[in-house]
Amino acid sequence: MTERTSRHSGTSDGDQPRTAEAIALARAKAEARANEALSDVERQADAPDEGGVNSPAGSTFSRRPVVGSSEPLGVSTLDDTPEVFGAGSTSLDGNGRARIGDRVFASLTAGAGLFVVLLIALVALFLLVKAIPAIAHDKSNFLTSRHWDTTSGALDFGVLPLLWTTVLISVLALVLAVPVAIGIALFISQYAHKRVARPVAYVVDLLAAIPSIIYGIWGITVLAPKIQPVADALTHLGAFPLFADKNVKGGTVFTGGVILAVMILPIVTAVCRDVYERTPQANIEAAWALGATRWEMIRLAVLPYGKPGMISGAMLGLGRALGETIAISLILSKVSNTGPFSFSIFDGGETFASKIANNASEFNSPQQTGAYIAAGLVLFVLTFAVNAAARAIVNRRKEFS
Amino acid sequence: MTTVESAGSSLASPPGAGIRKVKDRTATTLVYAAFAIALVPLIWLLWTVVSKGIYMLTRNGWFTGTERGITYRDAGGGAWHAVLGTLEQVALCTAISVPIALLVAIYLVEYGRGPLARMTTFMVDILTGIPSIVAALFIYAVFITTFGGERSGWLVSLALVMLMIPVIVRTTEEMLKLVPNELREASYALGVPKWKTIVRIVLPTAMSGIVTGVVLGIARVAGETAPLLILVGYSPDKNANLFSGPQASLPGLIKDQFSNLGSTTILEGGKRVTVHYAADRMWGAALTLILLVMILNLAARVIARRSAVN
Repeated sequence: MTERTSRHSGTSDGDQPRTAEAIALARAKAEARANEALSDVERQADAPDEGGVNSPAGSTFSRRPVVGSSEPLGVSTLDDTPEVFGAGSTSLDGNGRARIGDRVFASLTAGAGLFVVLLIALVALFLLVKAIPAIAHDKSNFLTSRHWDTTSGALDFGVLPLLWTTVLISVLALVLAVPVAIGIALFISQYAHKRVARPVAYVVDLLAAIPSIIYGIWGITVLAPKIQPVADALTHLGAFPLFADKNVKGGTVFTGGVILAVMILPIVTAVCRDVYERTPQANIEAAWALGATRWEMIRLAVLPYGKPGMISGAMLGLGRALGETIAISLILSKVSNTGPFSFSIFDGGETFASKIANNASEFNSPQQTGAYIAAGLVLFVLTFAVNAAARAIVNRRKEFS
Repeated sequence: MTTVESAGSSLASPPGAGIRKVKDRTATTLVYAAFAIALVPLIWLLWTVVSKGIYMLTRNGWFTGTERGITYRDAGGGAWHAVLGTLEQVALCTAISVPIALLVAIYLVEYGRGPLARMTTFMVDILTGIPSIVAALFIYAVFITTFGGERSGWLVSLALVMLMIPVIVRTTEEMLKLVPNELREASYALGVPKWKTIVRIVLPTAMSGIVTGVVLGIARVAGETAPLLILVGYSPDKNANLFSGPQASLPGLIKDQFSNLGSTTILEGGKRVTVHYAADRMWGAALTLILLVMILNLAARVIARRSAVN
């Protein structure tokens, strides 16, 4: 659900009926409030000081709405571009200065915006600062080593197995989830009757509401034994390294991938559904007019139009899968990293997130913690890149439509 | 659309029409199958949690007792300590998130132009995608490694704030955009200052949508487990103090019972029976958590719907 709201940003035109209702409601409500506010202003006019704290003592308080001017004068620098609401959006006192209340409020909101920007910068900064000493003391190569030893005095760790497991499990989840998500999105937007579509969309969103720890305990205790036959069948396929049998039962990348696929299904579905619903009616009708079957119409009109949206939806799902912690940590069995490198999805392992979570109780010395923070930093960079790319695709599309 | 379709198929069938029809049928089947596939895990999971968890929930003392002194060999136990911890942590998180998120949303919709606004939008997107474990590591790096604090409940709240803010910002932004400009202009025309217009007219108009966003945000963070692992210890006893000592929470209780799963045999009616007390409590806590989150979600829906119909 979260994702659905976030992806709606700037595209609220998708929800016409709701918007119309909301506008009607809003108008009725606000008329009453405008009256209230007006009486407030009248009260203020009796006490001129409130609005003119900064005006020279001698100046009389005159309220001059700057009708027709689209440039608020002397507002804080953040407002230096023309205001979208035009005249009077910033009230000025007699000397053309913004009221103190306006200035305080504007800086307050801008401060909150700045806070969010700084927050991300601080996350990157702190992770970097705490990770660098650990990486500097690392005896083996941080990116390519397969060791992970932070308990003995010397640090000796590398993230290669973590990176491999993280990417493998996420890609597996994506491969399983995207076709299903596209199917559901088509079902909701093109096949189902409107009265059916809404509850269906709600049901899919419910999947996102289930806490991930519950996916975890369900996945390892209930689902894993049930899909073991599938795993056995695949391992019998032969010497294909991806399907090699590693004698791990239940807590495999395969089980984790299936659970992750269920978990990212709602977000991928939501994004796909959104772009499908916004396919121009003209394209759809043109396809019908050519005598296309429903599937041909979808292939001719809906899918090509929705392609960038589908890609970004898949990437948002990937970002979610990369960072999933507790479900994966409960499901995956830990395996030793000695012996030949395992490519199999029927092996255990640890992802960045599950590695950190599994060892959270052992954060003792700063240096040792630094190793885990370094792993967290790589995860942060990974998810940042994937999410930023997904958003870039969405936003580029938005400019066109 | 159906008429167009039937008109198309009633034309003298050109070569290849059979294959086209087969393809169309196949696609329809696959699309319906996709929906069915999504239903399977949802129903299966909910059924598992309800059927295994209902026993503990209906037991006396589940909502009043704690886990003090209870091992996997003991029956009973309660979740009150965990419910209390979750409520406290989420309440503090909400109290911090809501003002910040509202201000950010107001900034983006009412004020934001130029590079800072673009940057903020982008960063809210990034915040949406930040893994909870990274948020927790960040709080750990700041408050524990740098400032030398101890693990406690309020740090969890801080980590949750980072996950909650984007949810509320996004919903609120949408709602503020829905407030018609005429309202703002009417208010300006009456000489009302901009900030007062926002506080007295725009925000109240969008209020129900904002509440929906807040409730969705709470539902999002209530089940978060990763920050708990890093930022606070689990306590089987009640600890109402957010600022010191280990504190339980519902996800923490589930994790704790999961780590201590085990069976024990008891004599029941002269026969030896194997029982899984810890598993019972784990599913009981899972059901409690799901109920909490689902009720919040439903509440959000109801609020959103009522505001739309009125």
